[in-house]
Order: sequence, then structure tokens, then C-alpha cells
Amino acid sequence: MAIRRLGLPAFSRHGTATLRVSFVFSILFSLALSLLAGLAANQAQAAVEVRDFDSPVTAERYRSLTDGLRCPKCENQAIGDSDSPVAKDMRERVAALLREGRSDREIQDFMVARFGDYVLYNPRLEDRTLLLWGLPAALVLLGGVLVALIVRRRRRASARALSAEERARLDALVNRHSDASGDH
Amino acid sequence: MKRRLLLVIPLLVFIALAGLLYRGLSLDPSARDSALLARDFPAFSLSSLENPGASYDASLFKGEVTLVNVWGEWCPTCKQEMPQLLDLADRGVRLVGVDYKDSREKGRAFLEEFGNPFEVNLFDPEGELGFELGVYGAPETFLVDANGVIRYHHTGYITPEDVTETIMPEVRKWQ
Repeated sequence: MAIRRLGLPAFSRHGTATLRVSFVFSILFSLALSLLAGLAANQAQAAVEVRDFDSPVTAERYRSLTDGLRCPKCENQAIGDSDSPVAKDMRERVAALLREGRSDREIQDFMVARFGDYVLYNPRLEDRTLLLWGLPAALVLLGGVLVALIVRRRRRASARALSAEERARLDALVNRHSDASGDH
Repeated sequence: MKRRLLLVIPLLVFIALAGLLYRGLSLDPSARDSALLARDFPAFSLSSLENPGASYDASLFKGEVTLVNVWGEWCPTCKQEMPQLLDLADRGVRLVGVDYKDSREKGRAFLEEFGNPFEVNLFDPEGELGFELGVYGAPETFLVDANGVIRYHHTGYITPEDVTETIMPEVRKWQ
């Protein structure tokens, strides 16, 4: 179907089979490619520097902290995958603070105190960020209320029954019409 | 009539949004206030660049409005802005330098070549003070009031216009 819509000549049974094979192949190929790209990305991150932590939990916290802190120098990179010198300093400090046994929140506070809210990829819910967090929800709510109002108004308009007087006028009009057509 | 007015709402929303986005076009995405504004200058203990025996701490900033400039020999923009810093020193502003992530030899050679407007140069080879100040690239300049509180922050190159239009007014404001 799709083939005909594209304006290609219709395939024989055999032709469709080859097409299906090549389709499967291309999917496998792109899967392999993305797997390779993923491996390369992992290696790139490992190339930044290797850190040893006493537990896998700490290592995971290090990874998630450095992924969630934005590099102040390079606008759209986390410190976890930036080559900039300040990102390296920040990673070192994150690792040192983790080894001191500080909590994630303390480490984030430490960075915010020096580099500002800018370094948090996930802004906190505070007085100053209420608009940022609240506006999307408020707009969705507003849209919902508007839709509900419009639907209600339409439903009420269509469901309103005719008054006795209106009914009589309508009947008179219909009857006059049928009488007139009956005459001819 | 009321319905007619309702029809104008999308147009108004569009104009408001267009205005907002148009303003965004002329904003510098890398410009932001320092997290240290209105805070005390961070504690430190560093030696002087010229004299390794002399040690300084944050009490260096008590009693006089001071402009703190973070520089390094490796930083080309720092070289370009030295004439402006010399100009500020001539205008009577007290300047303190932070030689950031540098070696003593290179730092001293820099001052010999480009001039030394600084009353003191703090030697910060590991960038510890720079980190406490939230420095993410040199040059960066902080204005510290007589109580040691950071009052103004300038990221990057100081142009001759910045000296007269921004920095001198800020200095006078806190003097």
C-alpha cells in the first residue's frame, strides 16, 4: 500500500520479501550504530578522568551530581562532560565533598553559593521560582476551565426547551408550509 | 460587542510574546549576577605574588573600597584590559590583583611587561580563591566595599567605556 502511494512500481511477492529483509537489516544496522555511539559517549566520559569511590552507591551519586550541575563557562554542558577547567575544578570538589560524607543537597548548596542558581539544571521550588514552576500548570488549568465553560454553555444552549409560545409559532410555520405545498 | 473584544485577545497575546522574544534577542545569555553579591568576600590565606613571605587574608579589604581583578598570564583578554586598570588606578581606585592559576615567574613577567596597577597581588596558583569567588574564566572583577562586602561583579573584558560609565559610578556609590 505504502509503496504504491509513493508511486513505486508494484512489487512481486519475491520483491516484497527482499524489501522486508532490507528493512530488517536497516533496523539492525541503525541499532548497531546507536550502540556504537553510546559506547563512544561512555568512553568520552571515562576519558574525562577516572575516580574511585569506596562504594558503587557513592560512584552513582557522583555521576548523577556531575550530570545535574551545569558548567558555568559552557552554557549547555553538565560539568560531567565538559573539558573546561572550571568544570574540572568543580568535579574535583564534588568528589572531595562526597568523600567527606556530605549529602547531595549540601554539595549542590555549596556550588550554588559560589556559582549561583545557574549551575542547577533542575531549579529548586522556591519563592523566586514559583512562576517558573507554577505557570505551565496554571496555564493548563486555565485552558481546562475555559474548555469546560465553553462546553457547558453550548450544551445549555442546545438543550434549552422551547417555550409553549415558541412551540405554537413553530407548529404554525410548519403547518403553513405543508398546507402551501399541498395546494400545488 | 463583547464577543468582538474577545477576538482581540489572541492578537494581544501574540504581541506580548513577540515583545518578550524580541527583548530576548538582545540579551547576553552568558551575563548573570554573581552569587556573591551582597556577601562577605570569602575567607582566604594567600601569599603575595612578589613576596612569597607576605601572607594576606580577607582583612585586606577592610577600611577601603577595593576593586579586585582576577587575572593570569595565560589570559589574553587580561593583557588587553591592563590599560583600563592602570587608568582606574590613576583615578585613585585601590586595586588588588589575584594571579589566578599561574606560576610566580610568569605572573611577575606579566606585570613587568604590562604594568602593575595593583597595590597587592595575591598569588592563587591552584585557583582556590578563584573557586570561592565563583570565577569561571579570567578576567573577572569584583568591587568590595569598605566593610569587605562584594558589591559589584564584572565578567570579562573591561572596555574604556565600562571604566567611565559603569565602574567609576559603582566605586563612588560605595565609597
